Amino acid sequence: MYSDYASLRAWAEGEVQRTRPPDRTRILIGLGTCGIAAGGLDVLTALREKLADMRVPAEIVPVGCIGMCFEEPLVDIVRPGEPRICYAKVTPKSVPTILEEHLLHNNVRKDLAFAVIGDEPYDGIPSWKQLPFFATQRRTVLRNCGFIDPESVAEYIVHDGYAALAKALFEMTPESVIEEVKRSGLRGRGGAGFPTGMKWEFCRKSPGDHKYIICNADEGDPGAFMNRSVLEGDPHSVLEGLLIAAYAIGADHGYIYCRAEYPLAIVRLRKALEQARALGLLGEHIFGTDFSFDVTIKEGAGAFVCGEETALMASIEGKRGMPRPRPPFPAQKGLWGQPTNINNVETLNNIPPIILNGADWFAAVGTEKSKGTKTFALTGKIANSGLIEVPLGMPLREIIFEIGGGIPKGKKFKAAQTGGPSGGCIPSSMLDIPVDYESLTAAGSIMGSGGLVVMDEDNCMVDVARFFLSFTQSESCGKCIPCRLGTKRMLEILERITRGEGQEGDIELLLELCETVKLGSLCGLGQTAPNPVLTTIRYFRDEYEAHIKEHRCPAKVCKALITYRISEEKCTGCTLCARNCPVGAISGERKKVHVIDPAVCTRCDTCRQVCNFDAVLVE
Amino acid sequence: MNDKLREVLQAPVTGKGDLIPLLQKAQEAEGYVSEEAIYAIAEKLRIPASEVFGVLSFYAQFRLRPMGKHNVKICRGTACHVRGSPLIVTAVESELKLGGGEDTTSDGLFTVEKIACFGACSLAPVMVVNGRTYGNLSPDKARRLIRKIAEEEHV
Amino acid sequence: MTITLTIDGKTVSVKEGATVLDAAKEAGVYIPTLCADEDLLPFGACRLCLVEVQGDRRPMLPSCTTPATDGMVVRTSSPIIDKTRRNVVELLLSDHPEDCLTCPQNNRCELQRVAAYVGVRTNRFRGEKHAYPIDDSNPFYRRDLDRCILCGKCVRTCDEIQQLGAINFAYRGFRTKIATVLDRPVATSTCESCGQCVDKCPVGALYPEAWLRYGLPAAETKTICAYCGVGCGLILQTRGNTVVGVRGDPDNPVNHGRTCVKGRFGYEFINHPDRLKKPLIKKDGAFVEATWDEALDLVAQRLASVVREHGPDAVALLTSAKCTNEENYLLQKYARGVLGTHNVDHCARL
Repeated sequence: MYSDYASLRAWAEGEVQRTRPPDRTRILIGLGTCGIAAGGLDVLTALREKLADMRVPAEIVPVGCIGMCFEEPLVDIVRPGEPRICYAKVTPKSVPTILEEHLLHNNVRKDLAFAVIGDEPYDGIPSWKQLPFFATQRRTVLRNCGFIDPESVAEYIVHDGYAALAKALFEMTPESVIEEVKRSGLRGRGGAGFPTGMKWEFCRKSPGDHKYIICNADEGDPGAFMNRSVLEGDPHSVLEGLLIAAYAIGADHGYIYCRAEYPLAIVRLRKALEQARALGLLGEHIFGTDFSFDVTIKEGAGAFVCGEETALMASIEGKRGMPRPRPPFPAQKGLWGQPTNINNVETLNNIPPIILNGADWFAAVGTEKSKGTKTFALTGKIANSGLIEVPLGMPLREIIFEIGGGIPKGKKFKAAQTGGPSGGCIPSSMLDIPVDYESLTAAGSIMGSGGLVVMDEDNCMVDVARFFLSFTQSESCGKCIPCRLGTKRMLEILERITRGEGQEGDIELLLELCETVKLGSLCGLGQTAPNPVLTTIRYFRDEYEAHIKEHRCPAKVCKALITYRISEEKCTGCTLCARNCPVGAISGERKKVHVIDPAVCTRCDTCRQVCNFDAVLVE
Repeated sequence: MNDKLREVLQAPVTGKGDLIPLLQKAQEAEGYVSEEAIYAIAEKLRIPASEVFGVLSFYAQFRLRPMGKHNVKICRGTACHVRGSPLIVTAVESELKLGGGEDTTSDGLFTVEKIACFGACSLAPVMVVNGRTYGNLSPDKARRLIRKIAEEEHV
Repeated sequence: MTITLTIDGKTVSVKEGATVLDAAKEAGVYIPTLCADEDLLPFGACRLCLVEVQGDRRPMLPSCTTPATDGMVVRTSSPIIDKTRRNVVELLLSDHPEDCLTCPQNNRCELQRVAAYVGVRTNRFRGEKHAYPIDDSNPFYRRDLDRCILCGKCVRTCDEIQQLGAINFAYRGFRTKIATVLDRPVATSTCESCGQCVDKCPVGALYPEAWLRYGLPAAETKTICAYCGVGCGLILQTRGNTVVGVRGDPDNPVNHGRTCVKGRFGYEFINHPDRLKKPLIKKDGAFVEATWDEALDLVAQRLASVVREHGPDAVALLTSAKCTNEENYLLQKYARGVLGTHNVDHCARL
């Protein structure tokens, strides 16, 4: 138990010295979900085995994702007094070479090393800041991700962790905390972009016996993983933000509502809570002050609508996640009928640096109305797929073509989708818009929580709209009529169009439904569900018309509108396709041109993918 | 009632807010939420059993039928979709001869679930088999993965 | 505190806590609704009561859940409100059987009324319709969920009024339906057949089984339930001389419209051919019809002789829950004062 920050910090420094002595080599390995999925655990085993074999003392430190998911698994080696050298796409096979060369032969292989992470240069290896992926990023939210061991509270503290909490508790009143957040211009990072300070103020001023604060970690947007990365890579930063928010609004209990699909995030959060409790940073009399606060973790059970505040609270209360109309607003009557404040993971994560560095520091970045930085999960048809953080207002083009490295395989950019099922598709003609709340809304999309899915010429925009509608339709809670039946009918029309059965007037009918669902629905899910349809019609109407009038899918995606054929010129008769066809639709003798029977073919694409001669054509 | 479920039901509760955690633990204990568990949970929390059913049928996580021995979860997130997850679904389902809304093979060996998003979007398309994530899949790779497990089962 | 607001140009004053919908009723302005009910908490699901509130950043608000505030200026009709309402009803009809003429709720149906009011003239949103089997497991009422509009009145009635929770919303999205545990026939549930939900159902999803046999009632008559001493107010629904249905009297202070299964559904004895209407006296092993005077004389005579021969404690009087308190009082008075015995009992020990 510490009653001042200096002694907590002293403890942490001692702890880090003891467990991770600076005179020992440190090997950092990215073991977020993405790193593990890329084979990180096998690499970890290989590292352990090789180190034991070499009898070299070194500390293996599992860290969260630094953002370069496209280069995973990542292994970084830091020798005492030397910069941090990062190796990308490490495999269990490459581990022995890397370790032997680097640690035994003192030879950092420039052909193997990927970059130097940090400010110190290393001869012949590019600094991470020279990589286009990192050059223009600005890491506030991701400040610790990939740098600290997320399971070590001491490392977090050594990186200024819990300093903001101490500052708030010892030097600031709740009101002045709220004032600082208001002045910073921070807006909710969950999607709607409501000013955070104002939200806190409503809750603070609302009368109630108890107040609750909820951290919304139900990152339901399919194609987004910003919150997952932060929770896995820097859980204490979210907890610290939550503590400061609780102090500001006067909450005595908090909940972290995390989706069950993120098991690692939940494990890390639980550990963080335990550690914070042990240090007196959570529980009764935090830092020896009168401020007491504790946190419960609630696991979601698979419902996108629970990202909606009133549905989320219903879920915590053990009910069906059906939203209810407001007023009463959560700040007036929220969880268990008490004033409740709900913030997204990233919003809370932004709080400690704002308190520590001041509102002006935060507001210096961004645009007039959109301050600070924003993380994005950059995915889809993009070379550098990963997690990024940029100043708000950066042009979309810069994000996609510089940080993201553009579209792979020489394909053409078609659209960027932001805001997930609630957002829209932004076409190439609008690539120069600045990425901020207002500009994205004007483009028919929304900022959303940070999903940014890039699509190329091979993606059918009608199919994309159909995909999102099938998602919202199945995630609709079913309570209100416009959403329950409107999204269903919209989906049916889109399915009809992608089957080539579209009719004259379908686009108008869709637009009519979009309007009713947008205006009539009870909650944000329904009110925004039409956005993918509206933007794809707005920017890609010709694709809809090609499906409806010509029964043609220009991107060659919609199965009912395409046929697979084998090119007589290119086919070598290797029989690979015929052997791999799951339905036996391909016939042909060895060394003779093969033929696909379109009546049997399920357009599963296997033949095209296995063909070594690009002989399978889609028409 | 198996011992694990009995243990779940013996733990102290504070109120209705424990409903979803209890259902999650019951499912963990039995692999699905059984009728017995529904009524026992309702009694424990003193709420109508219809409400327990209403809640569990709302959330995608809960199952009313036993899970197959091998659990295949296919990600249907946006990034996976634009990188071909529909083809992965078709490949896996045709390999296991699943159709008509069935998610478990008749021999009880495989259950195939479609998950909203794992957040491993950079490795799209992604599939999780028995807790292990496989990324950058092609329909062919997915099919071979399933076939391998099936073959090991039949040895 | 009184709140004064303007609805469609009419100024109206309401008590604090009233909703915009309450205020509109007060002002005599009709707002269509399907899920609102005076006896139930606001739900906000049907989206038909959307109105425009001047100065609110949201385009439309549901009047059933929006509190009336002082100085509020409300519009209940505008081109976009009317269009949204019309499309919402049209959507509802796209998943509703087109069988109004054969529906037991025909002409009493709220959906019909609302559809006529908002002026649905097209059926553009055709698509998949639900096709559930009719649940006829309960002898008193039928559940035809194809006609259900998911207003939730039945669920809320069972929960808020009856405190039973036999049914609930289940599943979600388009698959949402009202269900018992594991979606089984309602007779397997904890349903006590009180019929409150049947009464509240605005469409033909829940209806008394008797209506299939008798047709719809033609007239209604207020009465008091004869089953027990509580004295619930009932409204008998009749066709000619036949009672074809019963609903609780909402104006009766005893039951506020509520009933139990007996009061609601136990009425068919009234017109039953086996109903005992005159006293019967057993003569030579067979019952023979008698007058009330004959019957009462016989009872009095036999009671007197038993008391004379064996003493007053040889008799006991058993009375009925169907009698009022006053009648029960008189009976025990008769036992003690006239016959001289304390042997009094009552059947209400169920």
